[in-house]
Amino acid sequence: MSNIPAEQINIPMKRQLIIEKFGFSVLTILTIATVLPIITVVIYIIYLGAPAISWEFLTAMPVDGMRAGGIWPAIVGTFYLTVGTAIFSVPLGIATAIYLSEYASDNRLTRNIRLAIINLAGIPSVVYGLFGLGLFVIFLKFGTSILSASLTLSIMTLPVIISTTEEALHAVPQSFRVVSVSLGATKWQTIRRIILPQAVSGILTGVVLGLERAAGETAPILFTGASFFLPRLPGSPMDATMALPYHLFVISTQVPGMPIQIQYGTVLVLIVFVLIMNIIATVIRSRARARRQW
Amino acid sequence: MSAKKLNLSEVIITKGVQISGLSSILFVLLILFFLISEGVPALFDVPISELLSQRWYPIEGYYGIVPLILGSLVVTLGASIIAVPFGVLTAVFIAEIAPKWLAEILKPLVELLAGLPSVVLGFLGILIVSPFLRDVLKLPTGLTAFTGSLLLGGIAIPTIVSISEDALKNVPVSYRHGSLALGITRWQTIWQVTVPAARTGILTAIMLGLGRTIGETMTVMMVTGNAPVIPDSLRSLFLPIRTMTATIASEMGEVASGSVHYHVLFFIGIVLFVFTMTVNIIASKISSREIKRSERILS
Amino acid sequence: MDKIIVEHFSLTYSDGTESLFDINLRIPANQITALIGPSGGGKSTFLRILNRLNDLADVKKVTGKVLIDNIDVLDPDLDVIELRRKVGIVFSRPLPLPLSIFQNVAYGLELAGEKNKSVLNDAVERALRLAELWDEVNDRLHDPANSLSGGQQQRLCLARTLALEPEIILLDEPTSALDPLATARIENSLTELKKQYTIVVAPHNTQQAARIADFVAFFLQGKLIEFSSADKIFTKPVDQRTQDYISGKFG
Ligand SMILES: Nc1ncnc2c1ncn2[C@@H]1O[C@H](COP(=O)(O)OP(=O)(O)O)[C@@H](O)[C@H]1O
Ligand SMILES: [Mg+2]
Repeated sequence: MSNIPAEQINIPMKRQLIIEKFGFSVLTILTIATVLPIITVVIYIIYLGAPAISWEFLTAMPVDGMRAGGIWPAIVGTFYLTVGTAIFSVPLGIATAIYLSEYASDNRLTRNIRLAIINLAGIPSVVYGLFGLGLFVIFLKFGTSILSASLTLSIMTLPVIISTTEEALHAVPQSFRVVSVSLGATKWQTIRRIILPQAVSGILTGVVLGLERAAGETAPILFTGASFFLPRLPGSPMDATMALPYHLFVISTQVPGMPIQIQYGTVLVLIVFVLIMNIIATVIRSRARARRQW
Repeated sequence: MSAKKLNLSEVIITKGVQISGLSSILFVLLILFFLISEGVPALFDVPISELLSQRWYPIEGYYGIVPLILGSLVVTLGASIIAVPFGVLTAVFIAEIAPKWLAEILKPLVELLAGLPSVVLGFLGILIVSPFLRDVLKLPTGLTAFTGSLLLGGIAIPTIVSISEDALKNVPVSYRHGSLALGITRWQTIWQVTVPAARTGILTAIMLGLGRTIGETMTVMMVTGNAPVIPDSLRSLFLPIRTMTATIASEMGEVASGSVHYHVLFFIGIVLFVFTMTVNIIASKISSREIKRSERILS
Repeated sequence: MDKIIVEHFSLTYSDGTESLFDINLRIPANQITALIGPSGGGKSTFLRILNRLNDLADVKKVTGKVLIDNIDVLDPDLDVIELRRKVGIVFSRPLPLPLSIFQNVAYGLELAGEKNKSVLNDAVERALRLAELWDEVNDRLHDPANSLSGGQQQRLCLARTLALEPEIILLDEPTSALDPLATARIENSLTELKKQYTIVVAPHNTQQAARIADFVAFFLQGKLIEFSSADKIFTKPVDQRTQDYISGKFG
């Protein structure tokens, strides 16, 4: 390429510029074709779902074979499952990331841990469901319960939390570590006083994104904790629970004669939930970027 | 100065953090263990030739998983035919062509798509996509392999876009400048310099996208019609089909634990595990030229 | 009195570079000793050995002896935390921690377990005065440290080290990122500080060594070529290579 004489460039160049214009337009159209459906669908759902949303819809128990009433137990259940998942996966995920980023040296063990995390990230959600059924429900006798489902979701969420946390820790300049240690800090003191505060927003972003995914999952809870219909709210972690995504699945495939507004209303609640989590993550991230001091 | 003091909390924390690190390995082993211990007995209950037969009808004792495997493959293939070009080209657009403000709008939108629960996509598939396809293509039912592919494409696209976009962004600016300085258009630069330089990242993105598609459950279960038939021609694309994931998800709830059917479903889990692992390990091998953190201590 | 005694010391990094080779050196107390020489000579490596900061780097092998107050610095069982409090270091770039001015100076003491507010206040004030920064910052101690100018930041880093009341202060090209005015202030502080501290500095250039050093060690490619009083090295160096370096023939 480099030895095209200058005078020869002109004419092919013109053609190239036309090709470029054309190419750019094609890519623009393709991108619009990718993105437009997302926007359309969200607007469509809001349009159809909004009329169904009422105080009663959000806070009442379902009645009449779920064809009327509200979705309160599903909302509560998803909340419980998300909290349960956070309880297990957040500390474990952050600790693992700290280990990988701050303690581990590059040896076989570390490489195996990384390989394990890649594996965990790739395992299909329904296989997590099988695993949760085998280990938590049957072997450990936790039964079909919030506990079993939360534990299953936790393991599934771990890789997300680990990788985002590790990324956030890596973004903290190495010089801070050296300076802190030079002032007589132990490793943990350095981590707690300097590194974690600097990385906290990145970690939070990862946690929110991980939990968002967990909250929207259906397959892992199908046989570990989700319940088709419950006349009352779960009373303890050992009870099964309704959950928004599973409820949506149920009312859109398993219940004949389901009023359409209830379906769209349920989707809307689920999407709003995801949107809020997304916005939280985005806000945390951009505020962290704006505040970054180095 | 004295000898090293044993700092108890430091020791405890170090140990705790190490054990956490090991837990990931433990979980993978546990998952393998439970899949194997519940899935391998299937081989004692059902002869291999039976498992490899073409009929899946558990109620009458037919446990041929071939249609399910093929079902998964067909849907995945269809999804990648859609997701790869759209995903990669969208990434190129966002990373190389779109002005900054537009890129800042597009990225969160793609992330939003990534965050949509798969059951929501399934729902949209049932209510919007499949009736639409049925009417336009004059099909007996809109719940087909193609419908599944279309929606799974939507699931793979965000993965492909965001990882490819990162890869493109990581191509050093100097490469581009070098080529632009030679009087070559941006369009040529993109295809002759930037994309080739980012190709490992893009390949990784595609593999990870595929990994997600093979393992995707709720969407396919809701929109592919769930008929365990062997896809034998192009026409099968527009007929109902059934994947491994959907089979597990829809049948595991109704089987007695320890029954033949139960073990076979776990066995399908093993097959699924092997499939996704292969894809993911290939992906991580492609990208294993990992950047080692070798930032030197201060000088 | 010799504060630091180094005997037959060699160091190899894990990539195989032997960065220091058979170093023998006695650094006197309450003096400024300057390590000069072209870059890559091993000055920084040598400084980081004195407070075991090289533990954080990829070091493959060290041999020989390094004694501070007759205590073996290289002893694997040594309490390195205590060593680092006793041997402070200032780096070439101003590197305030992402904390307030006050917190930066109090950082080392708080790590050491000091909780008493008034003790901390006093120590911070004392250290900032020693580093000649107090007058400029006493009304905004709780501002972020990186709101200071480069020169102020570097004096803050000096204060941060002084707050721990160390015995030895290491400075690795402490003025390389500073303008002449800020440089002069740091140099003044150092000549003032040597009354209480033993100072080892890798100066920014030979002139700086000539201005502040009492003793000078000339490092070339990992070897200590010459060590003697500053007067002697700058007027009649023994080794031709020292002569060449000082007269600006290389480096
Ligand atoms: N962390 C490190 N890892 C590997 N080699 C290093 C490291 N730090 C310095 N070196 C090498 O050791 C030699 C001496 O470097 P250094 O001590 O920084 O010299 P100076 O401070 O005199 O410039 C150089 O060859 C340098 O490349
Ligand atoms: Mg140096």
